[in-house]
Amino acid sequence: MASSSPSPAERFIAGILPENPIYRQLLGMCPTLAVTNSLKPALTMAAATAFVLLCANISISLIRPLLKPHLRILIFTLTIATFVTIADRVLAAYLYEMSKQLGPYVPLIIVNCIIISRCEACSSKQPLPHAVADAVGMGIGFALALSSLAFVRELLGMGSLFGYQVLPSSWPNWGILVLPPGAFLTLGVLLGAVNAWTARRKARVQSN
Amino acid sequence: MDTIVSLFLIFIGAALINNFVLHYFVGICPFIGVSRRVDLAFGMGCAVTFVIGIAATLSWTLTFYILRPEAPLSAWLWNSMGADPTTVVDLSILSYIAYIFVIASSVQFVEMYVKKFFPSLHRSFGVFLPLISTNCAILFACLEIMKNLQGGDQLWGLHHALALSLGGGVGFTIAIVIMAGLREELELCDVPKALKGPGIALLVAGILAMAFMGFTGVDRGVADAIRTLTQH
Repeated sequence: MASSSPSPAERFIAGILPENPIYRQLLGMCPTLAVTNSLKPALTMAAATAFVLLCANISISLIRPLLKPHLRILIFTLTIATFVTIADRVLAAYLYEMSKQLGPYVPLIIVNCIIISRCEACSSKQPLPHAVADAVGMGIGFALALSSLAFVRELLGMGSLFGYQVLPSSWPNWGILVLPPGAFLTLGVLLGAVNAWTARRKARVQSN
Repeated sequence: MDTIVSLFLIFIGAALINNFVLHYFVGICPFIGVSRRVDLAFGMGCAVTFVIGIAATLSWTLTFYILRPEAPLSAWLWNSMGADPTTVVDLSILSYIAYIFVIASSVQFVEMYVKKFFPSLHRSFGVFLPLISTNCAILFACLEIMKNLQGGDQLWGLHHALALSLGGGVGFTIAIVIMAGLREELELCDVPKALKGPGIALLVAGILAMAFMGFTGVDRGVADAIRTLTQH
């Protein structure tokens, strides 16, 4: 984004693929690798992170005049910690099995680099509409990245999608993909694919 | 004897078997970002181990005495205010905020200490220290300690908490130093353009994680061996 202050619509579109938090900015990889065994936990985690991101961006944007430079990171983290506590308790109350499956990764949203970097780069300097558009765009981008990873891992690793058996039982499940090494390998391959596609698109645009 | 064995198993479990980086996926951001040179990686690993020890001590103390259900200090405060003494005082809703506060302050304290007493060290990697405060590994260690302070029976003491956190720090250091060594070699290789940098680092980390999976079951084996040895 070359312009000095992108409009809310530009920020929204930017968060989805051009500045996708995982594939382009490489932030927030801890939950990406951990919960993408299957699609349901991945989407739950994406929803929780998007909720915290939106609320944190709105709060920080509203208290912009009160932020002191040397205390701002602490204020960001405390705000995010409050919203993560809310999200964690709501998940434990209404989706208990999913909360148990996600385990310690919901509180780890607090130190998810995406949220702190968005607060630092955008919502502590921009008014409310920009902050909301940025949060929604980044949230959708994060959900897309998580679900792409979980799609590959669940389909090839267990032959199912959302728990429904999709591939025939003759498919030998690539068990490595649902184990920790598979997370690294899948993310590496998908990252390479996104980089290659982006480079090819840039070359095509430049040759026109 | 049992305590020493259980401490050893917790330490080895956190360092090798359930390695914080390669099994629990915490601390990935510095793992991918800082692992280009072995000396920087080793420094980062030492700094993380140091901070994780301090943060684990503080958070264990806080959780044991104030935050967990039926904690002594908060129960005493509740009773001394003349309230109903049969209620269970449970302040664990404040855990996450308390932990992040503890971690941010300990990182700040460590940075001030290093700046004052080891200025050359501070010059060489002082910029990484504030990054450690957003390191998932430290918060993860605090959360694991909290998980083992919830139930009524086997509550973890400070020695268990330190064994887990220092084991996690040592495991992080091992993983990041191995990764840095591998990436230094990869600099000289012909990597496809799309995979340069983080892409190939992730693929190498995947193979490293596969290698570390070979440690599965080592804690059971060691525990059985010690048990048979001490029975004689």
